[in-house]
Amino acid sequence: MFRRATGLLARPIISSARARTRPFSTDLPATETGDSNFIEAWKKVIPNIDPPKTPLSFMKPRPATPSSIPTKLTVNFVLPYASELASKEVDMIIIPATTGLMGVLPGHVATIAELKPGVMSVHEGNDTTKYFVSSGFAFIHANSFADVIAVEAVPLDHIDQSLVQKGLAEFTQKLSSASTDLEKAEAQIGVDVHSALNAALTG
Amino acid sequence: MAMAALRREGRRFVPLISPQPISAVQSSLISQEQAPLGVRSISTQIVRNRMKSVKNIQKITKAMKMVAASKLRAIQIKAENSRGIWQPFTALLGDNPSVDVKKNVIITVSSDKGLCGGINSTSVKMSKALHKLTSGPEKQSTYVILGEKAKAQLIRDSKNNIELCITELQRNPLNYTQVSVLADDILKNVEYDALRIVFNKFHSVVSFPPTVATVLSPETVERESESGGNLGELDSYEIEGGETKGEILQNLAEFQFSCVMFNAVLENACSEQGARMSAMDSSSRNAGEMLDRLTLTYNRTRQASITTELIEIISGASALKG
Repeated sequence: MFRRATGLLARPIISSARARTRPFSTDLPATETGDSNFIEAWKKVIPNIDPPKTPLSFMKPRPATPSSIPTKLTVNFVLPYASELASKEVDMIIIPATTGLMGVLPGHVATIAELKPGVMSVHEGNDTTKYFVSSGFAFIHANSFADVIAVEAVPLDHIDQSLVQKGLAEFTQKLSSASTDLEKAEAQIGVDVHSALNAALTG
Repeated sequence: MAMAALRREGRRFVPLISPQPISAVQSSLISQEQAPLGVRSISTQIVRNRMKSVKNIQKITKAMKMVAASKLRAIQIKAENSRGIWQPFTALLGDNPSVDVKKNVIITVSSDKGLCGGINSTSVKMSKALHKLTSGPEKQSTYVILGEKAKAQLIRDSKNNIELCITELQRNPLNYTQVSVLADDILKNVEYDALRIVFNKFHSVVSFPPTVATVLSPETVERESESGGNLGELDSYEIEGGETKGEILQNLAEFQFSCVMFNAVLENACSEQGARMSAMDSSSRNAGEMLDRLTLTYNRTRQASITTELIEIISGASALKG
């Protein structure tokens, strides 16, 4: 009986401690608006099992394109390990697309842009935050929502100049001594990233 | 204390008085607690052994629950941070689980270790159901399996449809580089029109519903955007960079796949730890109840044997007297 009592006491304490430090689930509740075609097709073939959930039901739906151009651009800047900016309202962002630096203002035409290593700056009022992004994609939607997805991004002041120079020298040397195509491609990528880093720090 | 002395005396008489039950002891050690009639104080030993082993099991499952709770805390942070990464893709390309394509690849994410409740069976059930849903004339669907448990279950009846099996994913802590290499590997080795990733999404410690995330190949995206529907607006997007739209869509599909895989693997790992926590918790509770029942049985048999000893002694004494 004593054993059972401790068991009973232990469980509520753990769950309330967890609730205090972190809610049970920080994700949005799964709404029932899934893909209705899928659910119907599922029920026809497999009536006994509940259909699985789909990502659409876990996402907040995006607003439709407004008739007039909004004043602010809503930016989502995500990395695999964090959401740097989540639905932040800013005036302008400049992204390093493969065709060059691209400025995005509210009301920008819908675009899919591939990013190259370079500096992304976020302008909000009078402050500018600059990040060095490794590469990724940027989607600009017609409703003045911008999604920037990068593999890695660091604020510029976290980068060490001397290490950049060293890396650049190392990769240039590797490029000149590379024999196979694969080595050449890897060395070329290293050179590109380091020279972009260099340019970002000096420019 | 007198009782204890009597008990000791009583036990010492047992082997002298009845040699028969001793062989019954050995056989009853093998069988369960079904002590045959006439056996006196032997079954307490069996019950005591069982109690010891059940108590050890309870300690082990309690420890496993604590370990799972601490692992869950660590990986839940990562999983929640990675939730932002698939949303832009769904916002752009929409979610088309009902897309009709010729080559489907079902990627089942499962765990390597067991004792985690029913999550692996749920994933396998969903994968088989998806396989049924997406097969038909001129259509084929194949499996790519991540994790030992799903491999063991799917290899029994779908051995011909399995393309690739990947195990020991969690040997090193999960990170994006590892998952993107894995995604690259998968994309190189399978032909696909649509990839369906089946995993358990982590809602809370007690809720992990199975989820299917669909990634389409660039050709399918082009086809669907031309025919309208969910992807109809894709044409209105201007493409910056790259030589052709096809190249960009190719890169986009690969990137989407690696991002969605990353999130799926993390969510599944969270669900695994959560399921293991609740499985070990109910196991400890069960062991506790079993221990209570065994204690009662132990006390009952102990008291019964004492009573029979007493009765024998007293009846023996009274027989001598009168």
